[in-house]
Amino acid sequence: MNWIKLRLQGFYKYKSLLAQLVIRDIKLKYRRSVLGYVWSILNPLLIMVVMYTVFSRLFRFDIPNFPVYLLTGQITFGFMNEATNFAIISITGSGGLIKKTYVPKYIFTLSKVTSSLVNLFFSSIALWIVILATGVQVTFYALLFPIVFIELYVFTLGLGLFLAQAAVFFRDIQYIYSVLTTAWMYLTPIFYPVSLLEEGIKVWALRLNPMYYYIQQFRDVVLYGQMPEMMTVAGGVAFAVVFLVLGAWSFLRAQDRFILYI
Amino acid sequence: MVTIMAEINQEDYIISVDNVSVRFNLATERVDSLKEYVIKMLKRKLLFQEFFALKDVSLHVKAGESWGIIGSNGSGKSTLLKVVCGIIKPYSGTVALRGSVAPLIELGAGFDVDLTARENIFLNGAVLGYSKSFIKQHFDEIVQFAEIEDFLDVPIKNYSSGMVARLGFSIATIVKPQVLIVDEILAVGDYAFQKKCEKRMSDMISGGTTLLYVSHQHKTVREMCKKALWLKQGRVEMVGDVNTVCDAYIAEQSNKVTG
Repeated sequence: MNWIKLRLQGFYKYKSLLAQLVIRDIKLKYRRSVLGYVWSILNPLLIMVVMYTVFSRLFRFDIPNFPVYLLTGQITFGFMNEATNFAIISITGSGGLIKKTYVPKYIFTLSKVTSSLVNLFFSSIALWIVILATGVQVTFYALLFPIVFIELYVFTLGLGLFLAQAAVFFRDIQYIYSVLTTAWMYLTPIFYPVSLLEEGIKVWALRLNPMYYYIQQFRDVVLYGQMPEMMTVAGGVAFAVVFLVLGAWSFLRAQDRFILYI
Repeated sequence: MVTIMAEINQEDYIISVDNVSVRFNLATERVDSLKEYVIKMLKRKLLFQEFFALKDVSLHVKAGESWGIIGSNGSGKSTLLKVVCGIIKPYSGTVALRGSVAPLIELGAGFDVDLTARENIFLNGAVLGYSKSFIKQHFDEIVQFAEIEDFLDVPIKNYSSGMVARLGFSIATIVKPQVLIVDEILAVGDYAFQKKCEKRMSDMISGGTTLLYVSHQHKTVREMCKKALWLKQGRVEMVGDVNTVCDAYIAEQSNKVTG
């Protein structure tokens, strides 16, 4: 218990560093671009238009309100993808600072995942524009979306911490990971309906796929206007907790050796 | 020396470094990729060449003392400072430090070159553990000491290295820390700024701050410090009064050059 208290005190001391790092990421992302923050909303919209055009002409899936179906999956998976890809280089990329000053090292990974969360809120504005434009019946259940985001954030943070520490010792991880996320994306029902999946692969794509739990919950509350099934919520929370514990444990165990490898 | 130390209670020391060794795996043998790792493991070649940057080093500093650490390049001076700051964990031995520390290992280490000086002051302050409101209170003071009033909204990448050093020093020394750790940082600044920094450090020492100081300029070490530690290839060669240790070190160095 004492150990947890010390960690929390350390975090409290450096909370303004976390804020400063997140502000830096957001400021620098669009510095010198004409449209600036508008890109955060415009980008997911334009990608959705491209994907919508491709998939509605090529495959003709029978999905009601395909734009919202597509965008919910796309911004959820996109957040996880962006956050973990930044997290993976968060320690190796902060070598200068880690070698020269003492700061809790997880701050770097935490700040990257948090910056992506801010981007997710911007992307959500794009989603609301499409929801209103396509006339989705919005219900009070839509107000539950922060709960989905919290589950998603905790899961992504855990995965990010694990990847960040592993990448310090084996730089290959980043290249392997980009292949894995591509496979992961096609396995997740982002632009195709769940019914399209064969029986054999359903276990992998739905039951054992953390991202499916978050995308399904998100669609339930904003697109279908209903309460997500208890099993979906329980699965999402379980994956989040397990990944955070594993990620934090592996990170804290390895962090004293970082300085020898960066 | 030994008898005096035995009498003093451990509690009197603000910095206690006891029998510390720091081990590095030499960079030539570093295994970075999974493929290399597997191949080396199969060949049973996963033996690292070990290198001790510090071997069995002890240092006990009482509050208010000022210590110079001297030695030739690669003797472990910076490693010792990093161990004291907590940046490197020792391979064996213990380090205890009581009180607040301002580590000046490299000025402006936390700067982001794309951000302006104004933004960097807040970022660097946060790296040092200061809150935003604290920095706001001392903002003018920092800018004044660094003499960068006219360049506040210019990105740091357009600064000269001397300007970066001034700003870094100014932020790091805005509070009076209990321990100030300085590693050969003033070399880039001009003469006037070096003097200004030395004055601020002297003021801190007379105000009760403990100093650990690394420099190759033995003249400044003699001016700033009362005691000195001489490191040679990671081991303590000599500890004691600053003039005695500096004289012995210089005698050895000149022997090397002439002999």
